Amino acid sequence: MMTEHNTKVIKQFTIATIFWGIIGMLVGVYIAAQLAWPALNFDIPWLTYSRLRPLHTNAVIFAFGGNALLGTSLYVAAKTCQVKLFSDKLASLTFWGYQLVIVGAVLTLPFGFTQSKEYAELIWPLDVLLTLVWVMYGVVYFGTLATRKVKHIYVANWFYAAFIITIALLHIVNNLAVPVNWHLSYPVFSGAVDALTQWWYGHNAVGFFLTAGFLGMMYYFVPKQAQRPVYSYRLSIVHFWALISTYMWAGPHHLHYTSLPDWAQSLGMVFSLILFAPSWGGMINGIMTISGAWEKLRSDPIIKMMIVALSFYGMSTFEGPMMSIKTVNALSHYTDWTVGHVHSGALGWVAMMTMGSLYTLTPRLWGRERMYSIQLINTHFWVATLGIVLYIASMWIAGVMQGLMWREVDASGSLVYTHVESIKATYPYYIIRFIGGILFLAGIIIQAYNTWKTIKGEVRDEEGVNVTVGAQA
Amino acid sequence: MSNFWHWTVIIVVVAHIIAYVWLLMATAKKKMDKRADNTTGHVWDDDITELDNPMPRWWLWLFVGTIIFSIAYLILYPGMGNFEGTKEWTQKGRFEANYQKVVDAREETYAAFINKPVDEMIQDNTAMLLGQRIYANNCAQCHASDAKGGYGYPNLTDDNWKWGGEFDTIVQTISNGRTGIMTPWAGPLGEEGVHQVAAYVRSLSGVDHDAKMAEAGAAKFQMFCVACHGPEGKGNQMLGAPNLTDDIWLYGSHEIIETALYDGLQGYMPPQNEVLDEHQIKLVAAYVYSLSRK
Repeated sequence: MMTEHNTKVIKQFTIATIFWGIIGMLVGVYIAAQLAWPALNFDIPWLTYSRLRPLHTNAVIFAFGGNALLGTSLYVAAKTCQVKLFSDKLASLTFWGYQLVIVGAVLTLPFGFTQSKEYAELIWPLDVLLTLVWVMYGVVYFGTLATRKVKHIYVANWFYAAFIITIALLHIVNNLAVPVNWHLSYPVFSGAVDALTQWWYGHNAVGFFLTAGFLGMMYYFVPKQAQRPVYSYRLSIVHFWALISTYMWAGPHHLHYTSLPDWAQSLGMVFSLILFAPSWGGMINGIMTISGAWEKLRSDPIIKMMIVALSFYGMSTFEGPMMSIKTVNALSHYTDWTVGHVHSGALGWVAMMTMGSLYTLTPRLWGRERMYSIQLINTHFWVATLGIVLYIASMWIAGVMQGLMWREVDASGSLVYTHVESIKATYPYYIIRFIGGILFLAGIIIQAYNTWKTIKGEVRDEEGVNVTVGAQA
Repeated sequence: MSNFWHWTVIIVVVAHIIAYVWLLMATAKKKMDKRADNTTGHVWDDDITELDNPMPRWWLWLFVGTIIFSIAYLILYPGMGNFEGTKEWTQKGRFEANYQKVVDAREETYAAFINKPVDEMIQDNTAMLLGQRIYANNCAQCHASDAKGGYGYPNLTDDNWKWGGEFDTIVQTISNGRTGIMTPWAGPLGEEGVHQVAAYVRSLSGVDHDAKMAEAGAAKFQMFCVACHGPEGKGNQMLGAPNLTDDIWLYGSHEIIETALYDGLQGYMPPQNEVLDEHQIKLVAAYVYSLSRK
């Protein structure tokens, strides 16, 4: 049903996903190396950790993750509605506009132009541009849904739709600011209200960008690759509504033990706990969809990626509510445990699900029988999984160690350790994390090579490979 | 918060929790046409279908469990608007209670040595360990973790004191802080005079200098500098005026002399009596005192 023009824009999003993935992860590996060996910034201001860290987060979340979500959402909408995209022109404008925002980020963040709001660092002109792009994207997506030829809207689209609407809301409210000149603006909120708005945004960026959006991806590509029906329709209804309504409350857990009033902290905590079951609903539905096709865990590395992604999703959505409990948070807050938690979600869930889905999508888009090499997918799977394990295990240990060192008080009421001692103790873990990062980056480079060969139409002769893409696109 | 917000928070929270329960019950009970293949009958993109399996029981109970926990938590702890919770817990109260525990415990520990004369206190390993930790967390930022100081920050391990190295003086310095001022002399001395006095000061420490210039500087030194640094240039601890005859320089090296004469210098040690209590100051002073007597 999709026209050639339709597939062109999806192909562009697919290539952009891998391209920005490599850039974003490369920057991540570089700043991870700086934590282990600080001299690596060479005293050049725009190479310093403080300026590249927001570039890394923006690149992996919004450039890598964003291109993946925009591309797959339009593909899934057209496929499951059995229509062509609502407007090729708007879809193409969305693609190029979105790339322009990303290039804008690359040209501003390293040079110190920032709003200083975490995950909302982009300066106001780029925020305005992103808003325009997002409206175009929404028109294409919802236009496609509105012209659908099937009665029911598929569950993947519920999640993609929630993602698109909520991100628009979050982006606009959190970036409300008064511009002073072309790059500087002041937020309309101040003090604790500003902080709460920021983390309402910040946590829902996790909830709607990195969770709901990728659940949409999961709901299409997992049943597609496994060739199995979705496990439970009822479960998808409950966990969808519970998930999107509960995430809205969870932001204050980022501000435990601060000047945020006690009542707001408590509500943030209890709703984060209630979020546990709705989050796991998605994991259950994904994993149980593969049940009945367990043998594919041996033969199909794409299914392996998806099941590992779902497992990490389950693990980090257990860890998250646990870390939101105030007594646990008193230990974990501000430590590298948080960094480990974020990456078990970002690498384990978001990136693994994206990579698996792209392996399903790529041969279909370019009309190939399968990826160039199934063995290379398997290599990618193992390299990436090992990388994640090194990354999060080292950050767990480092984080708990830091938390314990920071709060250790002697009989004089003095802190037993100075801050710098905790940094010194963290060095070995920084190095392990760096190695984990290198492995994960190597994985996506393998994928880039495999994708390139597939696009060229080559197929590697491999024994024992029986993974095909099923029905052609 | 105002009554309006108080009730808004309560109503929204309660409505939300009721909505969860309704959603769970309604969906669990919902009857759908039973089909032979247990699917909902919807098909998308040629081959995607959905089963109509019930929600896993354990998962439902997990969901209900978190809701029950939350209700209990919001009764015990603050959360429902202005309602303080039956335990009357506040983070400020928790902090103060924990802090009091620390204070009580340390007074007990201190009792063993805090009233001993300083020369005995520095023989007490516990006292010195505690003093070192107070130092590491409050003083090392400027004076360095080895206490050897840095540019503009005095070395605390040698026998050279700006304001005096007796125990009581150290306590005084830590409690109330110090402000050291070297006034600029460019006006009265003139450029030539600055270089002459600088040469003379170098001669006091035996550093390379122009003897003729130094000779000319000596008279000017006696006129302008003696008030603080004394006739022999040996300084005055009452004023924090450093000894100029020992070749020890707070600001790196003797290269600073011209700058000091032209522009003056200002050193600041912030008072610690708002951060540390009397006993903590005594301990950290004893630790600093011990460093130059090892």
